[in-house]
Amino acid sequence: MPAHSPLHFKNRLYYALLAAGGLVVLAGLYAVYLMEHHGHIITGMDDQIVWGMPHVFAIFLIVAASGVLNVASIGSVFGKADYKARAPLAGLLSIAMLAGGLTVLMLDLGRPDRIIVAATNYNITSVFAWNVLLYSGMFALVAVYLWMMMERRMNPWSKPAGFAVFAWRFILTTGTGLIFAFLVARQAYASALLPPLFIVISFAWGMAAFLVAQAAIYAWNDKEPDPEITRRMKNLLGVFIIGTLYLVAAYHLTNLYFAHQTGFERFILLDGGIYPQLFWWGYVVIGNILPLLLIHAPSLGKNKCVIAASMLVILGGFAFLYVFIIGGQAYPLNIFPGYQASSSFGDGQIAAYHPSIYEFLLGFGGLAIAFTITLVGVRVLNFMPQDKPHIAD
Amino acid sequence: MTRECQITGIDTRRRSFLKTSLGAAAVAIAPGMLLLDTAHGQSVSGKVRWGMLIDTAQCKAGCNECVTACNRENGLSGETKPTDSQWIRKVELKDVGSGHELSLPMMCQHCEHPPCVDVCPTTASFKRADGIVLVDKHRCIGCRYCMMACPYKARSFVHEPLHDQNPDVPRGKGTVEACTFCVHRVDQGQQPACAEACPNKAILFGDLNDPESEIAKKVRSVASVQVRVDLRLNPGIRYQGL
Repeated sequence: MPAHSPLHFKNRLYYALLAAGGLVVLAGLYAVYLMEHHGHIITGMDDQIVWGMPHVFAIFLIVAASGVLNVASIGSVFGKADYKARAPLAGLLSIAMLAGGLTVLMLDLGRPDRIIVAATNYNITSVFAWNVLLYSGMFALVAVYLWMMMERRMNPWSKPAGFAVFAWRFILTTGTGLIFAFLVARQAYASALLPPLFIVISFAWGMAAFLVAQAAIYAWNDKEPDPEITRRMKNLLGVFIIGTLYLVAAYHLTNLYFAHQTGFERFILLDGGIYPQLFWWGYVVIGNILPLLLIHAPSLGKNKCVIAASMLVILGGFAFLYVFIIGGQAYPLNIFPGYQASSSFGDGQIAAYHPSIYEFLLGFGGLAIAFTITLVGVRVLNFMPQDKPHIAD
Repeated sequence: MTRECQITGIDTRRRSFLKTSLGAAAVAIAPGMLLLDTAHGQSVSGKVRWGMLIDTAQCKAGCNECVTACNRENGLSGETKPTDSQWIRKVELKDVGSGHELSLPMMCQHCEHPPCVDVCPTTASFKRADGIVLVDKHRCIGCRYCMMACPYKARSFVHEPLHDQNPDVPRGKGTVEACTFCVHRVDQGQQPACAEACPNKAILFGDLNDPESEIAKKVRSVASVQVRVDLRLNPGIRYQGL
């Protein structure tokens, strides 16, 4: 009997985690009910900050959902055995995070009850409408990809399916970047650098999310990942972090080069209050420098350090999106170049934003959806990476 | 012979059944067709391009008559919290170089190439043939992408339940709205409320495409500019003295 007690404990822990995830989802749904009943007046969003905290959560989840598939692509497309063994878990995480992110995005709409209109009245010139197809296509493709990998008879098809997913997620993250890149009138967004920037940050955030989930599954099964595999994956995370830093620096430096953008850059990087704080401390230090130290410093870089680095990358991702989305809207639109403007509608003024509890509940509800799908997925199907004895590629 | 009679009998019944059905269908559809015709009203002509010429020299700082008239006409609360709709607002400007000050009304610029229409996922934002940019309140899902895309910050989102609406100007909680050029008045040959209310006649409304219209003549004779002309959206509103 004593031999059964760890299993018994795990069973109870599973149901406790499931209940916790479900409760957070319910809390999110309650926030949605209140937002639908009272209107968006109960959120911190207004006519100046039209996209708020829910969009930070949603875009993080969607971008990470695309990036996490990098692990699968390295396996299926580039044939690395260590990553191939992890492709099913990457696919599950992708579907889970995409579901969480899209739910938040959809439930934040002013009229979520009309979501079907997005299918019945399709505007071909709208990047949002393109994304409706890209996101739903991604769900279908990843589901097919998982089937090809997990059903032995379909295994020969897993490589072409992997290629299709590889191509699709590049286009998808390009589409997410384009949502902002096409906003030509806003100083924060109109930049051709945004699609590649979003692709590279998706690699880092997806990798970080994957490493955290993988660590949890290994711990659950009382196993330790092979140190050689950890070394490879943490090095790759390090490369991705440096890649995002490079592109974020390029985005700000190009803005600084354009004289008409210096006011905005000064606001975001220097004197914009919460935004420079979050950018430098939240994104650069916590989200990049510390993880790089944890990964690469001598005597560090062990499993626990890698997990800590991954969590910090995720936190840094939220800080980055807060600055990018909210800070980008808080800085006033330059409607009358050469003039100082003032009005009752916030012209020429920095917009204030105080996110409400309901926005956080909705955002965490999305995270909980991703968590719950992953939890149930790994419980009912075998997503544990099955490593063969390590052979150098 | 008997067989022929039977066939004739069946044919007669079928014929009368078809006649009755057609009659019933006509009676059922006719009122709907009449209503459809009424709803469509007069078709909008693409030959017309409604626009405004705003003379900033005549627009006085502190005067809010256009805003008040707009709020009254369209059933807006007139409050100016960040969550309240403002279809038209007075903007006070000061030239950074010279210190010259001016005041002007700002609203939807009714662009020829409106970014809000481009980005709207459901085609709820649309441009009429006569150049008026509107939001179909039945199609808007409240994503607010149009508000992000508008270079003039001309759109508002309805954050709260609405009461006592003007039946001519339907609005809806959770949808986006903006200046309609008082389309319900314009379609009846009237002026937008703001243009009519301006005590100094600073707002001139009319058909930019009609060379004989007052606005077209004035646009030809005085210097005027479109706001953010660099974006090449060709707004229907021009400002004199900006």
